[in-house]
Amino acid sequence: MNKLVVSPSPHVHSGNSIQKEMKSVLIALIPAYLVALYYFGVGALIVSVTSVLSCVLFEYLIQNFILKGEKTITDCSAIVTGLLLAFNLPSNLPIWIVIIGALVAIGVGKMSFGGLGNNPFNPALVGRVFLLISFPVQMTSWPRPIPFNPAYMDAETSATALTALKEHLENIPSALDMFIGNMGGSMGEVSTLALLLGFAYLLYRRTISWHIPITILSTVFVMTGIFYLVDPQTYASPLVHLMTGGLMLGAIFMATDFVTSPMTKRGMFVYGIGIGVITVVIRLFGSYPEGVSFAILIMNAFTPLINTYIKPKRFGEVRKK
Amino acid sequence: MKTFKMGGIHPEECKFSAGKKTEVISLPKQVVIPLRHYSGKPSIPEVAKGDMVKVGQLIGRADGFVSANVHSSVSGKVVKIDNALDAFGYKNPAVFIDVIGDDWLETIDLTPKVKRTCDLESSEIIKKIAESGIVGLGGATFPTHVKLSVPAGKKAEVLIINGAECEPYLTCDHQLMLEKGEEIIIGITILMKAIQVKRALVGIEANKPDAILNIEKWAKTVEGVEVIPLKVKYPQGSEKQLIQALTGREVPSGGLPIDVGAIVQNVATTFAVYEAVQKNKPLIERVITVTGKSVPEPGNYWVRVGTPLSHVVEKTGGIPEDTGKIVAGGPMMGRALPNLEISVAKGTAAVLFIPSSESGRGKVQNCIRCAKCVFHCPMGLEPYLLMNRSEKNLLDELEQNRVMDCIECGSCSYVCPSNRPLVDYIRYGKLKVGELIRSRKVQQL
Ligand code: SF4
Ligand code: SF4
Repeated sequence: MNKLVVSPSPHVHSGNSIQKEMKSVLIALIPAYLVALYYFGVGALIVSVTSVLSCVLFEYLIQNFILKGEKTITDCSAIVTGLLLAFNLPSNLPIWIVIIGALVAIGVGKMSFGGLGNNPFNPALVGRVFLLISFPVQMTSWPRPIPFNPAYMDAETSATALTALKEHLENIPSALDMFIGNMGGSMGEVSTLALLLGFAYLLYRRTISWHIPITILSTVFVMTGIFYLVDPQTYASPLVHLMTGGLMLGAIFMATDFVTSPMTKRGMFVYGIGIGVITVVIRLFGSYPEGVSFAILIMNAFTPLINTYIKPKRFGEVRKK
Repeated sequence: MKTFKMGGIHPEECKFSAGKKTEVISLPKQVVIPLRHYSGKPSIPEVAKGDMVKVGQLIGRADGFVSANVHSSVSGKVVKIDNALDAFGYKNPAVFIDVIGDDWLETIDLTPKVKRTCDLESSEIIKKIAESGIVGLGGATFPTHVKLSVPAGKKAEVLIINGAECEPYLTCDHQLMLEKGEEIIIGITILMKAIQVKRALVGIEANKPDAILNIEKWAKTVEGVEVIPLKVKYPQGSEKQLIQALTGREVPSGGLPIDVGAIVQNVATTFAVYEAVQKNKPLIERVITVTGKSVPEPGNYWVRVGTPLSHVVEKTGGIPEDTGKIVAGGPMMGRALPNLEISVAKGTAAVLFIPSSESGRGKVQNCIRCAKCVFHCPMGLEPYLLMNRSEKNLLDELEQNRVMDCIECGSCSYVCPSNRPLVDYIRYGKLKVGELIRSRKVQQL
């Protein structure tokens, strides 16, 4: 017989691991990725592969040569960051810009704080917002969706539905096109249908709970709904708001990032409402057409505060009489 | 189906020994009967080296309020009274008896006839239970008579019988409910009389439909006993969770079940109460489950208290080849044993063999703040935070974040994708905060 292990209870474990959680996220991203490949063709492939490879490489290099800490590259979190970053980029973005984005996402967004678990901001969004500020032109010219488009950097570009909204309520794609993703935009954000499929899978796997995405989406729906009811000439319908821009992608995949979102249901409501409100305010009144990324980053900053002050409902909370 | 409200997990059930008839394990050469049964003070030895004892004879007298009598489970000769290691890793006084024959006290009714009527008064019943050394057999081994004594100013409204057996692998309570349904129901009526309530609720997890049917069948023969199937979810059998599932009432933080008018007893304890009150038999034996993934024939066995686990294991097929860990009790809350020289205590519900492939723990990684531990905690705590504050010894913060509410169920450690040893640290934190609270009380005096 082997030597007996004597350790405190529990003596069984769910078998869950960071790697498994990350793989669930990757699987949930597959539908949206397929849609991206379909509508944006070669460009989507180049941008995504570049982003994932550079994220993994940067994480590996930083861990090995700068931090010299524990190697956690196998937990797949760098792949998730890479793919999410790519999803937030236009598919005609030059490779070198993608690489800079990956470096900022991993180097600044994640590793400078000590790696997974310690970063206050969503790394992919740090990368994206950095690029948006540094390369506003390249970051806001989106290729038109053309099935299996062989063109990359020279792809024909167009404005997104949201930019159209900013100007006037013409030229917005049909509801069906918006739902399946036949419109211009960052490569992973266009298809509401595909993102919802991913959401369903994440819920099924219990990787995330419904609280954050549903709170964000309802907040945006209600707020834009009010504006729409008051003045339908100027403001788009709430459904258009839900299905355009980075809202679905942001609500389902970016805002739910474990590390940077609150830890209690009540906290998640506050966080979700915050993201929803800020998004709508930026969309309707800000100078940028899209505000989801900023909204999430701003609420990321509030997450520690939310965690400190908003506690779960305790068992036996009722005071003793 | 009824269940507790927040958190909880559903580990692999692994009830391999379900439905296996109880078998009696032959007597060992020597028993080592612990004088302390985890909760409370050790009892005072009533015998000395060289004394001859009979089965059922008092060998340890309760010392103070939270303590229980101890009886000899065998007949024979006391060889020594000495410290022995228990399953919790503590050395506690125990009586070592060499077994000679199997000679029972004449006062104990050994006939198989079920005795239904009981004419004793409430206080007489509680006295009888105290004399018989009955403690909670669900694991906490708190003296039963103490739990039954309703403090002044409080009133019991409902008796709750715990037949949930939510720990994976364990089937001893299940089997008892199948074989001793009538006796358990009589035990329930006796307990109802003891605490003067008209209503009893028996909670049984839905994965034991045969036990539910059997207990329901016998419940019909008496008044006021209702059987309620419960959702299969851990920790359904934890006192506070069970009360909530069955009555919807929440025991307040820091409070006791009696604060919401409930008193909880486990089914095995209820059977022991029947035997004590109706048959005059003290608590000297219990059913334990011997099980594990590599155990060829998992089963349920009647074992005398004090029997060395090595004897139990020898009689039930030996230690499986690939064993990496041996646990006394269930996998969620049981204790890992350093060896098998430890003896069966009143609270020992199982011997569980865990193969070496599952006996280790995964590599601990950074907390990724996934909130799984928070969502699954049945007490609404933040295990990640409690672990962190325990590590840093921040006792005030621990107390504010209700570390003392933790029931040590292990759900948090079970779900953590980073394999963080949450309960280990929380236990330490509880210990420290407990000391702090006590010292504060002392200062106030
Ligand atoms: S062990 Fe304590 S903290 Fe962990 S889940 Fe159970 S009650 Fe909550
Ligand atoms: S389950 Fe583990 S990783 Fe997740 S928040 Fe709790 S301690 Fe952190």
